Amino acid sequence: MSGPGLERARGTATSAAGPTDGAILQIEHLSMRFGGLLAVNDLSLTTRRGDITALIGPNGAGKTTVFNCATGFYKPTEGRIALQFGDTGVWEELDALTERGTRRAARGDGVLFLLERMPDYLVTRQARVARTFQNIRLFQGMTVLENLLVAQHNPLMLASGFTVLGALGLPSYVRAERSAIEKARYWLDEIGLADRADDAAGELPYGAQRRLEIARAMCTDPVLLCLDEPAAGLNPQESAALARYLRAIRDEHATSILLIEHDMSVVMEISDHVIVLDHGQKIADGTPADIRNDAKVIAAYLGVEHDEVADAEFVVEQTLR
Amino acid sequence: MGEASPAASRVDILRALRAAALTGLVAFGILLPLIGFNTVQNIHNELILETRWPLLAALVALIAGAHFLHALLLAPALARRALRPPRQYPAFRRLRAWSRPALAPFLLGFVIAYPALVLLFVGFQGAAKWIDNFGVQILIYVMLGWGLNIVVGLAGLLDLGYVAFYAVGAYSYALLAKTFGLSFWLLLPLAGCLAAFWGILLGFPVLRLRGDYLAIVTLAFGEIIRLILINWVPVTNGYAGITSIPRPTFFGIPFNASEDGFAARFGLEFSPIYRTIFLYYLILALALITAAITVRLRRLPIGRAWEALREDEIACRSLGINTTNTKLTAFAMGAMFAGFAGSFFATRQGFISPESFTFMESAVIVAIVVLGGMGSLVGVAIAAVIMIGGTEIMRELDFLKVLFGNDFEPTQYRMLLFGFAMVLIMIWKPRGLIATRRPSALLKEHRAHGDPVRKLEQQREQALANEGRA
Repeated sequence: MSGPGLERARGTATSAAGPTDGAILQIEHLSMRFGGLLAVNDLSLTTRRGDITALIGPNGAGKTTVFNCATGFYKPTEGRIALQFGDTGVWEELDALTERGTRRAARGDGVLFLLERMPDYLVTRQARVARTFQNIRLFQGMTVLENLLVAQHNPLMLASGFTVLGALGLPSYVRAERSAIEKARYWLDEIGLADRADDAAGELPYGAQRRLEIARAMCTDPVLLCLDEPAAGLNPQESAALARYLRAIRDEHATSILLIEHDMSVVMEISDHVIVLDHGQKIADGTPADIRNDAKVIAAYLGVEHDEVADAEFVVEQTLR
Repeated sequence: MGEASPAASRVDILRALRAAALTGLVAFGILLPLIGFNTVQNIHNELILETRWPLLAALVALIAGAHFLHALLLAPALARRALRPPRQYPAFRRLRAWSRPALAPFLLGFVIAYPALVLLFVGFQGAAKWIDNFGVQILIYVMLGWGLNIVVGLAGLLDLGYVAFYAVGAYSYALLAKTFGLSFWLLLPLAGCLAAFWGILLGFPVLRLRGDYLAIVTLAFGEIIRLILINWVPVTNGYAGITSIPRPTFFGIPFNASEDGFAARFGLEFSPIYRTIFLYYLILALALITAAITVRLRRLPIGRAWEALREDEIACRSLGINTTNTKLTAFAMGAMFAGFAGSFFATRQGFISPESFTFMESAVIVAIVVLGGMGSLVGVAIAAVIMIGGTEIMRELDFLKVLFGNDFEPTQYRMLLFGFAMVLIMIWKPRGLIATRRPSALLKEHRAHGDPVRKLEQQREQALANEGRA
């Protein structure tokens, strides 16, 4: 189901060179200020292609703000957010692109975007970053299938000749719509909702709505999927199923995943890379095993002073495991 | 629920009486200044205060009595019914299932045959009233309702100034036809385009707003257009309006008594009814085109994007949909149909003035869309028939003068009745007359398993029944 671009994106990941080796998203010196509140403070992070990267941290750490900046919903006060897919050589254009003041650079079949310069809908349409929301945002009154078709709006719009050809019922549009329905059916089979395809999305149980929102985001053919607390409100079985599902997305669809999550069992199980935020700053960055034993992380989660960390460590070890 | 004992029923009666007395008191308080006192001018132009005690007493008694009966009989009966499982009416259900596929062709056949039926039953003399007041008038509002349905019902943008585009269409036709002598058939699409252009022009700055704010700005826009029509006297002739707008011709053949007139050409005896019938079919065709385009667009990506926009704008943007463009197309589309209707209105009336494009008109059209059920074409059509047909029916209720005296003007109570109808609809059908939504696409397997709409309805009924029991 993945397009040719996705295959390329994955294929070139191994042949990359340079300081941004294997990176798909590179955030540098990101700051976001709301009035007097500095929600994100000089944050830099890199997520690698083909990884599941988890962004964790206590409530109010600025995780969702980072998400909103990376998906174009907020304009960051400062900083650079670069996303690349295709030929990795294009990373060398990064500084030139920044100087130029435009949003896109291309070399060969590689493209590089500066996301902070793009409006939200173009981040999805051109830079192929898809996202879900903390509080599920489905089109509740529309059917499950329609939700997945709306996600394919842009290719369908093109196929319908911006409505004109589609209104005339041209066979090319009919074919395009049929293949869009096929793609939706594929994702419905993946998330086990095929038999509820024609029910209103709002009537689905909570866990199914979460899965549907992820499937809907995947229908936009993303190279990077941003999930805001996908396991929130799920029971242990559903969380385990979600973990399997996310791994399948990473492995079979060449989509890198960036997720915010509070459920540590999910984070530790599926993440290749964990980044910890606190008070808008990065306090730790590494493999799940590193993070588990990081003193600063433990302090941040328990809200203790630095000299008390050693005492707290034992308690947290138990909590996280 | 067995028989209530006499003691219990006496308590019930007392309780109902107390409730009714309270309601009567409130009704008295409200109606005393409204009904109890009336000011009239006598022959010397003096203002005289009249009292209408009998009418006031009758109304208060009516309201209190109605509440008494409700509290004593209706409310307990409803409460008992809510406890019972919903009764099945297999015969009724079978009738509905059988009539469903036949309903649309039947209605279509009826509206097409309507002028002939009127001629058959009423004859040439009285037919004009029935075809014009009930046919053409209702169909104009059906078309306006269907046009606004795209904006409010599908895209979810509350537009309270829709009548502005209707005015743009009407004045475009009137001015261009009078000044340049262009034909109706050329000006009809042109008026639509101009209205759509104004829709886009208004849309650009306004569509960043949402919900209430958008409603207020569109309301203001409607008023601005009306004020321009009033004040730009050199062009629009202000309050006096534009008179002797060219009437429609039957593809070049005028509807008059002359040698070249329609009747003479076709060897008929002259009658003004032919023009009315022609106008009827013209607006019917326009309305059906509106419906056909809406149905078509709903199944295309743009239509789905409109509905998605109504459901959740932020989710739309997260899926790469340019919401500004999507809103603009909805706005322009709705405005275009208003423009068509406006140019039809101008040619039908032969006279237009800013009086015809007040906020009241916008409110009526919005009411039709909301009453009909947001997004449902059939619902909107039914609501238009009820709202506009209801107004026209009230003109016919002269016999009420016998009851309430010669000064009684039934049409003055129109708004009161509409308000009442609205309240009832909000209580019984909060999502409009027709609340079921037909999916724009289905997975194939389900087609074999019978009508998915029926399935949705059954689910909803079941859910409602469960709620009622809970």
